Amino acid sequence: MSAAGNGSLGPPATGTAFVPAIEVVGLVYAYADGTPALDGVSLRIAPGETVAVVGANGAGKSTLLVLLTGLLEPVAGGIRINGLPLGPGSRAEIRRSLGMVFQEADDQLFMPTAAEDVAFGPRNLGLPADVVQQRVNLALEQVGALALRERSPHRLSGGEKRAVAIATVLAMEPSILLLDEPSAALDPRARRRLIQLLQGLSHTRVVATHDLDLALDLCSRTVVLSAGRVVADGPSDRILADTALLERSGLEAPLSLQARRPCRRG
Amino acid sequence: MRLISRERQALGRIDGFARQDTAIHRLDARAKVLATAVFLVCVVSFPKHAVLPLLPFVFFPVVIASLGRLPVRWLGQRLLIASPFALMVGIANPLFDQAAVPIAPGLSIAAGWLSFLSIVLRFLLTTAAALLLVATTGMPAIAEALRQLRVPGVFVTQLQLLYRYLFLLGDEAQRMERARDLRSCGRRGTGLWVGGTLLGALLLRTLARATRIHDAMLLRGFEGTIRPASPRALTRRDLVFLLGWSTAFLICRQVPVGELLGHAVIGAQP
Ligand SMILES: Nc1ncnc2c1ncn2[C@@H]1O[C@H](COP(=O)(O)OP(=O)(O)OP(=O)(O)O)[C@@H](O)[C@H]1O
Ligand SMILES: [Mg+2]
Repeated sequence: MSAAGNGSLGPPATGTAFVPAIEVVGLVYAYADGTPALDGVSLRIAPGETVAVVGANGAGKSTLLVLLTGLLEPVAGGIRINGLPLGPGSRAEIRRSLGMVFQEADDQLFMPTAAEDVAFGPRNLGLPADVVQQRVNLALEQVGALALRERSPHRLSGGEKRAVAIATVLAMEPSILLLDEPSAALDPRARRRLIQLLQGLSHTRVVATHDLDLALDLCSRTVVLSAGRVVADGPSDRILADTALLERSGLEAPLSLQARRPCRRG
Repeated sequence: MRLISRERQALGRIDGFARQDTAIHRLDARAKVLATAVFLVCVVSFPKHAVLPLLPFVFFPVVIASLGRLPVRWLGQRLLIASPFALMVGIANPLFDQAAVPIAPGLSIAAGWLSFLSIVLRFLLTTAAALLLVATTGMPAIAEALRQLRVPGVFVTQLQLLYRYLFLLGDEAQRMERARDLRSCGRRGTGLWVGGTLLGALLLRTLARATRIHDAMLLRGFEGTIRPASPRALTRRDLVFLLGWSTAFLICRQVPVGELLGHAVIGAQP
């Protein structure tokens, strides 16, 4: 267990201009069945930054996001959220500043109506009823889903579900948003609306995605994961134009940066 | 599997019913929960062979279903689906309990048949009452009522999660069934072995999903109790409903109203 030593965090970075919203050092994780998922990931994300985490299937994107929430415990390495080290004592407080939108919207929506679902979080915070209602309306309006208030979440379309799932998180008023594959299973118009919605927010955003066009449109910075390691980290337009790098990581350049290759028959 | 996914749709409808607006729906959930509880206790506590004394209790579900504008067909189907269980429980009785009981002058019947009838009747009554409670109140409101009635939060949360788990189970069953049917070229692709494997996979998938949902709940500040909207005070109508029905149930439990009626009918005959 030599890995445990190099994963510890130093003292909080005083003297620098800001406390990073997210700071991850030497994160290692393997699932209970022995599947290695992360193999020493280090990252630093500034407040207000929008970062895409891209990588092929199984690269470890979802695992990284879940580790940030404290639902899983790293085998080695440390996590600091807004300067606070993530641990049993700080988990509840840290979760209040994090909003996680899951890969499957269905996993996030469990109450009988959309409004009830959005109200679930604020009620857990112990807010008075009128404040809860205010937050519910505001969050649903922000995602353009106010009309879906009384609808049953499991009967909504994929795009509507995603919007409500984002609203459930916004209603908690977190400072950091973690989004896992937000554009998966959305049609082009719903996808466009989602990008506009996310662009309009001022939170620190971490977006795990295969959708490199989304990364390019939404995120100024891109981190490439491959087999549980960070293989590249830098400005999106540079990283996403590096075809050789993307190829090595099992990804394809975003369509908008690909030279049009006419499809020939036969 | 087909049964599970059909029941899933019925379950979805129950949520829809619960959002209707009728005199019964508008009653406070606590009044309905308590009245139903008294009903259940009275029905269940009758002696083994009681059949006639149970009959007046049929009145309650009939009234609730009609005032609450719930389709009889829907209720009947749910009862029908559940009834094999009651039949299985009760069917051995006529075999073991052969003692003859006179039911009318010159007519007697094996005591086992009476207890069999009694079991089936009680089963139908209690299931109907429980279904109607959910269909006129909705699970979230019931859970909240239980909490206000000082039922320990752990049980209430369990109940709520169990209820959701049923929905999840139904959803997963629907999906898997569709996937199976699409790959079995219209032949339904059943067979015991396939059914068994699917059932195992179904439970695992549902469990995995339930875990993910629980995670999502934890991340939104869930600490073991699902907090509802704020409560309101009981009105006179609620109290009248509760006390009226409870008194009626207790009277029917203590005084053999059914038998008196029966005797009156038989006695009136020449
Ligand atoms: N619950 C689990 N149990 C065991 N192994 C798992 C589990 N979840 C993920 N893994 C494994 O961990 C590795 C990383 O998975 P992860 O879900 O983080 O990848 P991902 O980058 O999000 O992939 P995708 O793009 O498909 O969502 C994979 O090899 C995967 O098989
Ligand atoms: Mg993933």
